[in-house]
Amino acid sequence: MIQLQNVNKTYDDGFEALKDINLEFQEEKINVLIGPSGCGKTTTMKLLNRLTDHTSGEILMNGKNIKEIDPIELRRQMGYVIQNIGLFPHMTIYDNVAAVPKLLKWDKKTIKQKVDALLNMVNLDPEIYRTRYPSELSGGQQQRIGVIRALAAEPDTILMDEPFSALDPISREQLQDELVHLQQEINKTIVFVTHDMDEAIKIADQIILMEDGNIVQKGTPNELVTNPVNDFVKDFIGTKRLKNNQSMPQLSSIKKAFPSITKSKPVEDAIKIMVEKQISYLPVVEEDNKYKGIINLYDALSHKDGYVHEITNTTSNAVNINSDAAEATRIISGSGAAFLPLLSDTQEYLGVVDNQALLKSFEGFFADRGGEI
Amino acid sequence: MELVSDYIEFWQEKNNVIWEYTYQHIAISFIAILFAILLTVPLAIYMTKMKNNFIKNSIFNIANVFQTIPTIALFAIMIPFLGIGFKPAVIALFLYALLPLLRNTYAGVQAIEPDIIESAKGMGYSPMQRIFKIEIPVALPYIMSGIRTTTVYVISWTTLAAVVGAGGLGGLVLSGIGFNDQHMIFTGTILAILMALLLDFFFASVEQKLLKR
Repeated sequence: MIQLQNVNKTYDDGFEALKDINLEFQEEKINVLIGPSGCGKTTTMKLLNRLTDHTSGEILMNGKNIKEIDPIELRRQMGYVIQNIGLFPHMTIYDNVAAVPKLLKWDKKTIKQKVDALLNMVNLDPEIYRTRYPSELSGGQQQRIGVIRALAAEPDTILMDEPFSALDPISREQLQDELVHLQQEINKTIVFVTHDMDEAIKIADQIILMEDGNIVQKGTPNELVTNPVNDFVKDFIGTKRLKNNQSMPQLSSIKKAFPSITKSKPVEDAIKIMVEKQISYLPVVEEDNKYKGIINLYDALSHKDGYVHEITNTTSNAVNINSDAAEATRIISGSGAAFLPLLSDTQEYLGVVDNQALLKSFEGFFADRGGEI
Repeated sequence: MELVSDYIEFWQEKNNVIWEYTYQHIAISFIAILFAILLTVPLAIYMTKMKNNFIKNSIFNIANVFQTIPTIALFAIMIPFLGIGFKPAVIALFLYALLPLLRNTYAGVQAIEPDIIESAKGMGYSPMQRIFKIEIPVALPYIMSGIRTTTVYVISWTTLAAVVGAGGLGGLVLSGIGFNDQHMIFTGTILAILMALLLDFFFASVEQKLLKR
């Protein structure tokens, strides 16, 4: 478990790269640090393997302050993948992947088994690729080697600094998929730095969005998209992505007040209301305002002397206020009614939603999305 | 035909002397180069880690100054300090070899992509492991090409060592001038050329092997 407590980083020239960062990386999850350039995301990552040292605060790894761990030892316990891959050009693929196990003085047999297993894991045949040099591989293959090299010494934590951003879009997509797939097998704590929101949303379990050395928001991709805390987050996520995720209009926003009648009243009262409001249907409620059903003007006129409950149609549809416009549209188009009574969770009558209001709400919804229907 | 048989006769007669000169030539140039490599390669690597540009530039400037002194003058300057013979010759050549070796090694290490260094650091290579397992092997083609050109130069400059009485193939040429003996002049020249070509070829094939990957 890696925790940052009140961590600050100030450079010698006085630039404050990180301001009082409190953060916990989720174990065995992909944690994505994201933000515009200069926001401190890479710095935050480099604090973890002490490529950069923090000025104040504490970084705890499994409860131990990392300043008390020898940086060389610390780095060997963590995988590290960088943007431009950084494979060693003078070593074969085998030697590249075996680099850290060799530093740790594993025995040869174990190293060989490990390297072969890792090569198989990313679908590169060991027989073919073991003896090749990095320059003989494509960019995507090289970065696969970069990733498995970081896994070779079986670290719990892997740091990845924009590992896929130098690749072409197709390889990038493939490697993202592979990483997500791989993670299901290996369950490492991955700290992944990127500036690409699509990438973050695709792979992250936790997104940590940073700006000017502060954490602006952290949460699951879904939390960030559905509930951005401020305009910066909205801008960074991008209006298009937000709109795509925007839910259908809620019925509560298009609810109309509409008269109703208690079921024990005489029909004549109902006729009076309908004539006055020029409507042909009227919702019926119990004494405690619970929804009962609906009556129509024609039934009422032919039962002038009776009571409302005698002519109430209790099989008619109604809809819960927490449903969205799409649900209401489905019901209304199936029943052929002009409006739907809206009910609270406790079946209380709240008002209605009618055809016209539904159409209007859709019009507004699609106009927001740039007219694409 | 007479020319050839004359020449063969010359070899039979002067066999011992020729090999003596050749041996001197090899000894002078190799010792000069060996010491130059031993000094410059570690120094150049150290310089790539150096943050102080002033010291770095000073070192380059000093090495540069030795290069600008005309070869024959440099040999001559040695005489008041070190007298004549083997020692001043080796030292003059050593000073000459410094700059090309220093420049090549420095440039080679400097040209390593920062990503490679960063990876090595991030993976947990100690500074010494980084130098020996990453930096030197990666820069080796550059370093070798520096050694190659310098060696060829030094072999050719060693012919001038004869002026400070150090012998070498230059001695053969100088005696040839003194005795007006074309055979001696020709032999000294051709052997120096052959030696340079042979070494150039050897280093080229080593470089080829290194560049293959």
